[in-house]
Amino acid sequence: MNEWERVLRVLTDPAVHRAVWVQTGQHIYLSVVPVLAAALVAVPLGVFLTRARRLAEPVMNLVGVLQTLPSLALLAFMIPLLGIGRLPAMTALFLYALLPILRNTYAGLRAVDPALIEAGRGMGMTSWQLLFLVELPLAFRVIMSGIRVATVLIIGWATLAAYVGAGGLGDLILTGFATVSAGHIIAGGVPVTLLAILADWALGRLERAVTPRGIRV
Amino acid sequence: MIRFEEVTKEYPDGTRAVKNLNLEIRKGEFVCLIGPSGCGKTTTLKMVNRLVEPTRGTIYVDGQDIMKVDPVHLRRRIGYVIQQIGLFPHMTIEENIALVPRLLGWDRERCRRRVEELLPLVGLDPDQYRHRYPRELSGGQQQRVGVLRALAAEPDLILMDEPFGALDPITREALQDELKKLQAKLHKTILFVTHDMDEALKLADRIVLMKDGEVVQDGSPEDLLRHPANDFVAAFIGRERMAQAVGATPVEELMIRRPVTAGPSKGLAEAVQLMRQKRVDSVVVVDEDNRLLGVVTARQIQQHRDRARTLGEIMSGEPACVEVGAPVTEALQRMFVERLDHLPVVDRERRLVGLITRTTLVDLLSREGWPNGSPGGSGQGVSA
Repeated sequence: MNEWERVLRVLTDPAVHRAVWVQTGQHIYLSVVPVLAAALVAVPLGVFLTRARRLAEPVMNLVGVLQTLPSLALLAFMIPLLGIGRLPAMTALFLYALLPILRNTYAGLRAVDPALIEAGRGMGMTSWQLLFLVELPLAFRVIMSGIRVATVLIIGWATLAAYVGAGGLGDLILTGFATVSAGHIIAGGVPVTLLAILADWALGRLERAVTPRGIRV
Repeated sequence: MIRFEEVTKEYPDGTRAVKNLNLEIRKGEFVCLIGPSGCGKTTTLKMVNRLVEPTRGTIYVDGQDIMKVDPVHLRRRIGYVIQQIGLFPHMTIEENIALVPRLLGWDRERCRRRVEELLPLVGLDPDQYRHRYPRELSGGQQQRVGVLRALAAEPDLILMDEPFGALDPITREALQDELKKLQAKLHKTILFVTHDMDEALKLADRIVLMKDGEVVQDGSPEDLLRHPANDFVAAFIGRERMAQAVGATPVEELMIRRPVTAGPSKGLAEAVQLMRQKRVDSVVVVDEDNRLLGVVTARQIQQHRDRARTLGEIMSGEPACVEVGAPVTEALQRMFVERLDHLPVVDRERRLVGLITRTTLVDLLSREGWPNGSPGGSGQGVSA
């Protein structure tokens, strides 16, 4: 039995199909929850940092350090703290998703034309009105693209979650490694890639759909 | 409407942008703050709506100390137009104009009606423009909308910070004209910052010229042009403009106010006697209502004294004259072209109010380029 036949056998195995479906579901869950959580933290934090600019640099650096930790090391580091399973995996992914969203939120808000802020203030907007009626709508595209980058990134990294027993498409890939089975690697890897591409496209569409016509490029 | 009392603005680095400013702006006045950059004019403007807060002193708007008013409420009742226009790009023209009304809680229908009312004021068709976005408009159209946005909530007071500074000259002029027309209709109190003297002269009822945080001169455009307070003001205004302004001086400023007159039935001998007494060489002939009939000169009397007995017989039939308000230069030009020695000045009913002679030209010359010089009129035609 040559290599091609072995790959084909794995890819046509109903058990593998079932595993792909189940693990894709797990994978989406493993990616979406940390990204959403990261957005919920990073967007308000980014807003806060534009109001407390002296803190911006140190906070950004701290979050940047998290980003540079090797992902495997971070995962391993989570085990003594949070044990094994989904929690440590999603925590690590959450930490990774923070930076792109935070950085884009901050940059997006800073890029709002100061003249518009002055116009808004001069017309009698409160700082909340300024934030919700002017700054956030105008920074929205940049913030969204931060979320988009984070999502694609996290979908890729979520494969590593399998190392700490969190499931996801990483399971199939690990099995492929362990048994030297290209079929399993393909069965796990291709859906991950497709998920990432799909997420990128869908978020891109969403971004366009909710951007007001006046500032579309 | 606005009163500055001993207002000083000091920045943390020690620069004093505004020094002990005392200034009162009355309701309905269009006041231009002008001066070189860094003179404190923009700071002064922004202190009115508290975008900048004074270090010392008090500012009253409508009799209220603005530091005791919530800045948000204060700003909502003051219109604000900035140089960068500052229309919100993610909002339609309608949403931009109706922004302050919306903040004030006007209902949708009232906002819509207000937008419909405002757009035609600057020549924009509501149906065509209300749902467009700012970037779909030209710069001039955008700033027209910027002005409307400031007017939307019907504030009595409007602050304009070099609103036309970023526009090309042709558009700028068009907007200035429109603003002037708008102001004639609406009678708002407008505080307008500019560094462009032509703009200030064109628009303002009153010009406040600032330098290094202090007011150098405060007066009507006429005042500034004709009686600049010092060399700085004169230099800022520019000699050319001052000369033009002198040329535009109305005739009544330089004319002889009480020319020697006589009725048409006055005898020639008497008339000669009169001229000799007053040391003049001509007499203006008027009827009993002081209406202009003609001018008779000494020379004419000399030529006709054998044949005529009264002034009425020798005066020229339809005498040349100018009406009050005509520029001096025009009067002098006529005298030159028509070879006249005298040009009577009359009011609308042709009643004599004064006389322009060649001496007037001398007066005019003495004014040009003399910032403080304004010699009064002299004797009637003594040198003619």
